[in-house]
Formats: sequence, structure tokens, C-alpha cells
Amino acid sequence: MQLDVSSAVLWSLGGLYGILIIASLVVMFLLWRGPDKDQTELVQRIRSWWYIVTIFTFAMVMSRHVAVVFFAFVSFLALKEYLSIVPTRRADRRVLFWAYLAIPLQYYWVSQAWYGMFIIFIPVYVFLLLPMRMVLIGETKDFLRAAGTLHWGIMTLVFGISHIAYLLVLPQERNPSAGGAGLVLFLVFLTQFNDVAQYIWGKLLGRHKIIPKVSPNKTWEGFLGGLATTTLLAFLLARWLTPLAWHWALLAGVLISVAGFIGDVTISALKRDIGLKDTGSLLPGHGGILDRIDSLTYTAPLFFHFIYYLHY
Amino acid sequence: MVRLLRYLFYGCFIRLIVLIVLGLNVRHRHRLPKFGPAIVVANHNSHLDTMVLMSLFPLRLLPKLHPVAAMDYFLGSRLFSWFTLKVVGILPIKRKVERGDDNPLEPCNQALREGQVLIVFPEGSRGEPEHLQSFKGGIARLAENNPAVPVVPVFLHGLGKALPKGEAVLVPFFCDVFIGEPMSWTGDRRSYMHQLDERMKLLAAEGNFPTWE
Repeated sequence: MQLDVSSAVLWSLGGLYGILIIASLVVMFLLWRGPDKDQTELVQRIRSWWYIVTIFTFAMVMSRHVAVVFFAFVSFLALKEYLSIVPTRRADRRVLFWAYLAIPLQYYWVSQAWYGMFIIFIPVYVFLLLPMRMVLIGETKDFLRAAGTLHWGIMTLVFGISHIAYLLVLPQERNPSAGGAGLVLFLVFLTQFNDVAQYIWGKLLGRHKIIPKVSPNKTWEGFLGGLATTTLLAFLLARWLTPLAWHWALLAGVLISVAGFIGDVTISALKRDIGLKDTGSLLPGHGGILDRIDSLTYTAPLFFHFIYYLHY
Repeated sequence: MVRLLRYLFYGCFIRLIVLIVLGLNVRHRHRLPKFGPAIVVANHNSHLDTMVLMSLFPLRLLPKLHPVAAMDYFLGSRLFSWFTLKVVGILPIKRKVERGDDNPLEPCNQALREGQVLIVFPEGSRGEPEHLQSFKGGIARLAENNPAVPVVPVFLHGLGKALPKGEAVLVPFFCDVFIGEPMSWTGDRRSYMHQLDERMKLLAAEGNFPTWE
């Protein structure tokens, strides 16, 4: 099945490369201006972005199935990273194996556009099955902690992220200008853009800490600046990529910005709890994959149900 | 033909499992030896340890890479022996030495003279998952016999979770590989073992690992 990639989607993907080129030029300028300043992290960060955007573009333009497999792989990497940094019980090794199996099944329901199964498989069946498997093994010490840890990971990283993929299989005719791919681009781009915008506004104007106990570098100025920029951009992009009317587009921007912030600090809280700075080293300059998709764990399900309620 | 099989095994199959199913956090990769002779020593928790270490090296070094392994365990049936010797490429040595035997490390000395890179697990067996065991003295003897050969200590974490001893199901985990500075011969075995032990403990302390009990 060939995904009919609309011109709106192609233009947006082209726009991503435009932003990357500008970002790379800015970094080159910074290196030229201050050759003795250490910009390694920034350089690595931009380089990783090139890889991410290239793989993402490839997945999006190939076909709907390739794109679904791509998001399944993102879930796999994220769950693996999560299970590698949180404490797990030796007794649960086999249970973790079953948890991984939830990924191909969940994304299979997505590829079949089986909405009923997609929406209950993890919250009902996986939720009930894994503790049963743990009980069969019989280790009761730290049982609740282990079950809770595992469910939180599967819910956010498999169930949550799979909502991005489900946008691809929503009826194309409800969004004639860009289809499901347009919705994915709108969601993913705005979520990542919001991260960057909050960071830049915070760097420029940041004074008042917003949540110092969890994330000491986050400020009210960064949050509100990001909120304004993302909402404006949502308003501008929505007419090309989504079926949303202008007032709903503004609300979508607010939703993505606020939810993205919460997703970000939620993973920060997790890292602080474990005592890690980064969740991994998969994406040089960013950290692990969880560091990159943290905001999406919140924005993906929330934006999905927002647009599903309004248009599908 | 067998060489091609070995390239396919390590170059495709093992790399796919190690890099996609598992995934590695490698620190200080530049400290790995770039040519032989050299000895890589690591802690041992899983059959995957060898596979991970082998996949850290560029494929052009593959003909020179040999994991040193226990003869009694890895030379069984004819097919299995063929596989471990020709495809995995182990260098078999005797674990139990009897009176009148030649120096059991002689095959290793010979390989090092030929400029090979040996992978050695001085813990002797895979042991309890994710617990460092003390190293056995054979490694000091090997270093003493080859004082000019650099020994690179490597600390591995997570592979005992992914595929511990006695388990057949591989469960994906990101694994950590911390590579230490190359060590040279200290002059006597006791101080050498002490230094190696310290290096391994320092490498292990670089990580912040979740509990696994």
C-alpha cells in the first residue's frame, strides 16, 4: 500500500531541512566567532538532528507500513532504554520478555486500523496479563514496585507513542490536504519545536524557575515563550497539515506546548529519581532516545484524542 | 568458504543482535587495540560477552581475533567443535592441568607471537549474573610470558541480564562496555593481579547501574 504523500507533507519535510540548514549555519558561525569555546555538544546535537530527520523523512515517504514499523522501532528502543535504567527484578526476566512482545502486537493493531483493540490492548490485556505472569513466578518481594514500574514504561513508551502511528491510519479523506502523515508531522514537529523554543526563550530571558525541584534549568519565561511561539506556529501550519479550524488550531498549539512541557519534566523526574543525567547515549548531544521523545509521551495521546474527538 | 562464513556470522548476524536487539553504550572506544598482538580481558556473565567484544573491532581485524575458551566446554561433538573452532574462532585451552602436560598457555603465547588479538575472561566461568568475581592467576602468567603485549581491561555490564548462564531466552537490554587504559607488565604476578583488579573496579565504578536482584 503506497502512502499518498501530499505536497503539503513534502513541503513541510523540505521546511525541516531548511531549519536544519539554518541551524547548521548558525553553529558554523558560532564556531567561527569563538573558536576557543567548546561547542561539541551543540555540534553533536545538530548532527544527530540530521540523522533523526533523515530517517524520519525516509519512513514517512516510503509507505504507511514502513512508517508504522518505524514508530514500533522507536517504542522498542525507548522501552529497552527504560528497562535498562530502572531497577528490575531478576525474577522478572521472562516477564520483561512478554512486555517486549506487546510492541509488535500493539503496532499490528495499528497497521490493521483496528481501533477497538488498539485502545484497550495495553490498558486492559497487557495490564492484567503481566502481573499474572509475575505471580506465577512467585517472587513477592517488591512485587508492587516491579509491576508499577513495568506498566508505567509500557503505557508511556508503547501505548502512548503508538498514538503517533495511529494518526497515519485514520481515514485519509477527513484530512484531504495532507492525510494522516500531515497530522504526524504537525504533532511531531510542533512537539520538538516547542522543546527547542522553550530552551531558547529560557536562555534569552529565563529568570523565574518554574519547577526547581525537578528541573532547575526550566523557567517561566522559557515556558511562556515556547507556549506563544508554538501556538502561533500551530495556527500557521494547521491549515496545511490538519483539518482543524483556526480556533481549534490555537488550542492544539496550547495543548502540545503545555503537554510537551509536562512530558519533558516527567522524564526529568524519572532521571532525577534514578540519579542519571541522560537516559542513554544513542543520540550524541541529546542523550538517549527517552531524552528525545519525553515530550511526545504526553503530546501524542493527548493530541490524538483531541483531533479524534473533533474530526474522526 | 569457512572464512566467508565467519565474516557472515560476526559481520551480519552477531552485529545485528548486538547493535539492534541489545544496543551498546561504549565508553573510551579509542583505547581498544588497533592491531595485534594484544590481550583484551573482561569480566564474564554471558555467552554474549564474547559476541559483544568481537563486534567492537573493525571487520578487517576479524582474522586475527580469537576468544580464548575452555577446551572441555567448547570442544564437544564434531559439529559443535567445528562451529566453535572455525566460525566462532576460539583458541581452546585446558582448564585442568595434569602432571607432565606442556604449559597450557603455550597456544596463547604462540598466537601472540603471530600478532593475534586474544580475548580472555580471567573469571574462568560466567558465574552469577552481574557480580564481579575475582580474576584467576592465569592472566598474570600470560602477561609475564608476553611482557611487551598490551593488556586492555574491559568492564561489561548488562549482558548477564540479557542472557545469563542457563537461560535460552534473550531479553533485550542496553549493555555497557567500559574500556580501560592498556596495561603493561609490572614485574611480578602479585602486583600485576592487584593492579588489574583495581582497574576493573575503577571501570565498574564509572557506571550507575540499577539494581538487579
